[in-house]
Amino acid sequence: MLKRWLLVMIAITCATSALAAKDKNSIQIKGSDTIVNLGQAWAEKYMEKNPTEFVAVTGGGSGTGFSSLISNTCDVAMSSRNIKEKEITLAQKQGVSPYEIKVALDGLAVVVNPANPVDKLTIDQLAGIFTGRIANWKELGGKTEKIVILSREVNSGTHVYFKEHVLRKMDPNSKEEFAPGALMLSSSQAIADEIAGNSAAIGYYGMGYISPKQKPVAVAKDGASSFVTPSIENVLNGSYPISRPLFLYTNGTPAGLTKKFVDFTLSKEGQDLVLATDFVPINPSTKARD
Amino acid sequence: MRKIKEFIVENLILICGAASIFFVVLIFLFLLKEGLAVFQTESPFKFLFGKSWYPISEPPRLGIFPLILGSLLVTAGAAVISVPLGVGCAVYIAEVAPVKIKEVLKAGIELLAAIPSVVLGFIGMVTLVPFVKTVFHLPTGLTALSGSIMLAFMAMPTIVSIAEDALYSVPKTYKEGALALGATHWQTIWRVMLPAASSGILAAVMLGIGRVIGETMAVMMITGNAAVIPQSILVPVRTLTATIAAEMGEAVVGSEHYFALFAIGIVLFVISFAINVTADLFLHKRQ
Repeated sequence: MLKRWLLVMIAITCATSALAAKDKNSIQIKGSDTIVNLGQAWAEKYMEKNPTEFVAVTGGGSGTGFSSLISNTCDVAMSSRNIKEKEITLAQKQGVSPYEIKVALDGLAVVVNPANPVDKLTIDQLAGIFTGRIANWKELGGKTEKIVILSREVNSGTHVYFKEHVLRKMDPNSKEEFAPGALMLSSSQAIADEIAGNSAAIGYYGMGYISPKQKPVAVAKDGASSFVTPSIENVLNGSYPISRPLFLYTNGTPAGLTKKFVDFTLSKEGQDLVLATDFVPINPSTKARD
Repeated sequence: MRKIKEFIVENLILICGAASIFFVVLIFLFLLKEGLAVFQTESPFKFLFGKSWYPISEPPRLGIFPLILGSLLVTAGAAVISVPLGVGCAVYIAEVAPVKIKEVLKAGIELLAAIPSVVLGFIGMVTLVPFVKTVFHLPTGLTALSGSIMLAFMAMPTIVSIAEDALYSVPKTYKEGALALGATHWQTIWRVMLPAASSGILAAVMLGIGRVIGETMAVMMITGNAAVIPQSILVPVRTLTATIAAEMGEAVVGSEHYFALFAIGIVLFVISFAINVTADLFLHKRQ
């Protein structure tokens, strides 16, 4: 009885592992948690149109996507930041040449609890808050409460982008870091949940995660500019100061199935999906949606 | 024919036993190979006692002292909660409980042990964290205390089972002698049985703590992951385990960050190993 069961299990394992062997009709996409929902929407639509092909999408953060591309464990890396010099060097050492494709735009929303009276901040004030220099909401005209800083983990492209563009204001020699007391949460959804329940918390994530439970803050580039809220129009016309391009990276120029998929993401259907998942299409002609 | 069978079976068992030791040694050697590479660019002293953990900066600042303290604080907190509760429960099950309640309790403890730790972490995140926040008037409930409480739930089944075994193995003559000499039941338990079972109970505590210090997902969800030296138990902390889990996906193979994470693995391995060896020593002392 046991012997027969054992033989059956071995047979099933062999059969399924043969199926699971990497075949030319599947690609693996890994990377940014910001883009992962969009990636999955693309994959689903693409597989609907091409039923013999298989696209697998996983998250893990932009950093994870790059390290997978370099280790050759994925075909396409999704990223919400540019690839770093160090990553390019490491890639070339492994024989991988990263090729960058811009596929969408995203506004980085800074959010607070709806009960927080503060609703507009300049980039300088944001830098002060997230580095820990400004410690209490009363310094910004809010209630007397210690500011609770929420951030993504270091594997997140959103984390890196925010650090370079807001904390360090694009200065390559700046040494600013997030305050050591900042809470590192593992996903944008975790940040959203904590903000919804904590009146003193402030965090950041892609525009797509805003819901009625959080309040986005209007951001001004400096004291002289006007305060702009994160919205698709403001990202497209460039008035929202913290917006960033979203990328797909491949090993060399895309070819075969990878090229088909990348072309799909840049097509009208792909860009419509970008809009549907609350990002901003890069091709303004697809914006027409009343 | 029988001799050949004997030979084969005995050597098969020998290979199995040797294989387990072999794998442990291999794992340790791999950890050493990858982890020690970080000390080519970073001094061990600065690594172990540095106060800033910023691994993706240029140049990376790799100080794991806040992480070590975070792990130790959360473990100590869990021990303070689970040891009295666990040993008390073991004493109750072994000595005081009537048979029916004993069966129910033992089943309950087994059930607690069967709950996956990530489920406990999730429940803690949704129920315990807001509770801690309101009760202690904290800016956030994601603190070492929340972590300690949930980890105590995970350590308790281990402590209870092994401590109960230790109490059962105290020779009946001790108990009977004490009672015959006029001691009350509680006096017998407190002054005779517990001291007699002490090495087993200590082993139970060590094993429970050993489980707690290696716990990853639950602490990652409820301790807030702030790499700062904790001033009290009511602040967010970051543990060694959560650091490895959160950052390993991002660390490019062969980068300094990658080696640093393996070095953290070595530190964790050394701490767990020390705890388990201590537990083992206590267990053998009993025999």
